[in-house]
Amino acid sequence: MTAEHSNLAAAQGGATVIPVAVIVNGVTRGATVPARRLLSDFLRHDLRLTGTHVGCEHGVCGACTVLLDGEPVRSCLMFAVQAAGREVTTVEGCGTLAELGPVQQAFADCHGLQCGFCTPGFVTTITAYLRENPTPTEAEAREAISGNLCRCTGYQNIVKSVLRAADLIGEQS
Amino acid sequence: MTTKLFGAPIARREDPRLVTGNGRYLDDLGHTAYEAAFVRSPHAHARIVDIDVTDALETPGLIGIWSHEDLGGAVGEPLPLLIPHPALTHPRTGYALAAGEVNHVGEAIALVVAEDRYAAEDAVARIRVDYDFLTPVVGLEKARAATDLVHAEVPGNVAANLRQEVGDVDAAMAAAPNRLRLDLTIERSACMPMEGKGVYAKWDSDAEHLTLWSSTQTATGVRAAVAARLGLPLAKVDCIAPDVGGGFGVKIMHPWPEEVLIPWAARLLGHDVKWTEDRREHFISSSHERGQLQEVEVGFDDDGRVLALDVKFWHDNGAFTPYGIIVPIITATQLLGPYKPGAYRVEFWSLYTNTVLVTPYRGAGRPQGCFAMERTMDAIADHLGIDRAEVRGRNFIQPAEMPYDHGLMFQDGRPLKYDSGDFPASLAKLKELVGWEDFATYREQAAAQGRRVGLGIGCYVEGTGVGPYEGAHVVIETSGRVNVATGLTTQGQGHQTVFAQIVADELGVPLESIHVTTGDTRRMPYAVGTFASRAAVMSGNAIALAAQAARAKALKIAADALEVSADDLEIVDGRVRVKGAPDTGMSIGMTAVLSNPLRYAFDDAAQAATQFAGTFDPDKPPVGDDEEPGLEGRDFYSPTQATFANGMHAAIVETDPVTAEITILRYCVIHDCGMMINPMIVEGQVHGGVAQGVGGALYERMVYDESGQLLNASFMDFLMPYATEVPHVETDHLETPSPLNPLGIKGAGEAGCIPVTAVIASAIEDAEGFPITSMPISPVELWELRQRHERGELPSLHRRADEATAKEQQ
Repeated sequence: MTAEHSNLAAAQGGATVIPVAVIVNGVTRGATVPARRLLSDFLRHDLRLTGTHVGCEHGVCGACTVLLDGEPVRSCLMFAVQAAGREVTTVEGCGTLAELGPVQQAFADCHGLQCGFCTPGFVTTITAYLRENPTPTEAEAREAISGNLCRCTGYQNIVKSVLRAADLIGEQS
Repeated sequence: MTTKLFGAPIARREDPRLVTGNGRYLDDLGHTAYEAAFVRSPHAHARIVDIDVTDALETPGLIGIWSHEDLGGAVGEPLPLLIPHPALTHPRTGYALAAGEVNHVGEAIALVVAEDRYAAEDAVARIRVDYDFLTPVVGLEKARAATDLVHAEVPGNVAANLRQEVGDVDAAMAAAPNRLRLDLTIERSACMPMEGKGVYAKWDSDAEHLTLWSSTQTATGVRAAVAARLGLPLAKVDCIAPDVGGGFGVKIMHPWPEEVLIPWAARLLGHDVKWTEDRREHFISSSHERGQLQEVEVGFDDDGRVLALDVKFWHDNGAFTPYGIIVPIITATQLLGPYKPGAYRVEFWSLYTNTVLVTPYRGAGRPQGCFAMERTMDAIADHLGIDRAEVRGRNFIQPAEMPYDHGLMFQDGRPLKYDSGDFPASLAKLKELVGWEDFATYREQAAAQGRRVGLGIGCYVEGTGVGPYEGAHVVIETSGRVNVATGLTTQGQGHQTVFAQIVADELGVPLESIHVTTGDTRRMPYAVGTFASRAAVMSGNAIALAAQAARAKALKIAADALEVSADDLEIVDGRVRVKGAPDTGMSIGMTAVLSNPLRYAFDDAAQAATQFAGTFDPDKPPVGDDEEPGLEGRDFYSPTQATFANGMHAAIVETDPVTAEITILRYCVIHDCGMMINPMIVEGQVHGGVAQGVGGALYERMVYDESGQLLNASFMDFLMPYATEVPHVETDHLETPSPLNPLGIKGAGEAGCIPVTAVIASAIEDAEGFPITSMPISPVELWELRQRHERGELPSLHRRADEATAKEQQ
């Protein structure tokens, strides 16, 4: 029951392929993709920024959270074309191996991750949250992360990481 | 370098990579691979009449479609029965693709490969399958009634029936002055790692070699299974577990159909193929656990000492039994916890249902056993009017009785013999931590404010670090870099850190020079896997032994070069030096240079090892008869039995008098896993375990309807706890070393989740004043129990009835 190959353009069912350019982590990046390409797949597979993870594909777990013009959004619930011309920040834009960003550093300091699969979504979410509320209480920190699922940590050290990140950012400024 | 790293809460070395998005999980690999999707059964029990792919063949981007008939040889045979057992008299395993009959919703029927996942799913949607319906058997009651059968040739739906007895239970029960009976229920949940399963396979037609990556808990197991199915020599197959986004048990089950089919398709097509499980697939085609019905009869004296314990339970094993009956065996044996009943009999029936198969989920049968035992302890205490902690203490195995042999056979086929533990000390610590003695006052204060609170307790013992073995290979490069490989896999346990801590101490080298690889059959082909809280115990000890071997060789080489005795040498901060004369010595990298006589000087270090460098004895060969070139150590650790960790938890809950909402106010954990390599990581394991336990106690359940549809197969409807549902966990530790292994360690991975359901049931019961016998429990269910209690259908606890009487008399 094997079918003949067909090329990728045809693979998209004759659907419209659209050149999409997005400002990702400060750099304009583009690819020509089918209209139905999810933003998460565009980032991961077209731009090969695989730090953004996909945990449920229905917008509940939050692992795929990126910042769209600074606001946290689920990249699995958006098409890439919807992000055209807008600014997207992924976990790769929140710091580098050579220089961890404050939220990333806080997670490493506080054992805020175990398997690390959900972590990128927490890092982006917390990065945006701390801009809004730079000095959260512990209860506020817990509330701030309550839209993201983690199956490993029990959240206790993620709450700690939020508070630690707030301190680190405070020290920087 | 004088600081001992074993026992230090150092930061994890894997974290910088993972927090910056530089982890490499399964779907981060193979960007140019073809992608697979599956036609999965929408019916729980049916015969497949026809699979029509005509329409699907028109799908743009389609590469191929295969069903069972297209699979030749071993790929088309039933999947292996991984863990046979004499009591598993009617084992059944599924096929990689269903062969004529489907037995649960989600069972794979056809494999579709296309140029990307979008196209593959397009084709899946265009495949028509016609079915003849069979009656589904859903739920333990239906399975036990056996009016309908899951597998026509399995009578009574019974896969296995196993009975173990120690002492004369009938006699002890008859003689017991007090007897109670409890009927208990515990429902299904599942591991739900944030990353589902996934397989990526690359066939190298030039080398005729298969490399596969799987999000697995056992790279060696998958490698061997795939080689066998594909008819390939083991030497032509390698399996690598990349970064794995959580496992919790579901990924120790193998080979999953996809682990066989994706490599098979890659070889057939001569092209990389990848499959990444989506969340709905994970719900309906990866395994679940927990579901049991239990009947407990207990006989006890007037002091609350258990004289006879008679347990029967019915375990839902789902549609197939590829992982054997490990889960119910663990329930049957670990049910005993820290207690020593006078006589014990346990019998279970493992039953087929038309639901997803059941294989170990963190705790692996222990949460159910602990639930049965701890509900029983609370019932005894209530019956006699004795403090619940006191009743437990009276039944404890005492430290002086260690090692304690229960006379039962454990899940590894070896005796259930506890190696160490100090249960009275653990209980004392727990009472102190939670403020056990002050709770009555707290309850009164809360009651005065119209609040209803309860205190719960649960104790467990966990057999960890089961065999048969793990191994380690330590290689020191001339640069001083130390490469450590062990075969078991990592899903977030921090192995790159804890194993490096062990090596740093054993070798005397800086932590930064140590690089740990796990789950890569190219680096360590002999291994079992990561399950049963065994990685630290098994690989930790193997790594210590291998590092000691490498150290001995380094010392010998340096001793020869420096013309001193090896006994006079030490290794400090990566330098082999003479004790008391630290300036005399050489780097450990130089001993690696000297260990490998060379002809060619490709760098400065190598020059020192070439044939015209230095002096040598012309009568001796460059490499001695019993020696090998290179500075390496390789060893294996294989214990005679499991090592038993233990712990005790207590919780204070509040139940809303009107809405029956349940809130955990405090959660306290005393944990004893022997010597801790990294207490920060152990704490993290405990936190995560408790969170999963809370999910299992209050929120998570797999809701199947009578036709076998899983009604809540998404994160919208299956309520995994968020941060707002998980309490802050207060912890304290005991470190009772295991006498069984050189490092004195016990496993910690599963501990946190084991007693949570029992503890929360105990606390809610204490708050409400009537027995809680079925978990998980939702506010709606609690509210309904209140109604039944008010109608007199549910008895009050004795202690509440007594209190009420006392109040009336005042």
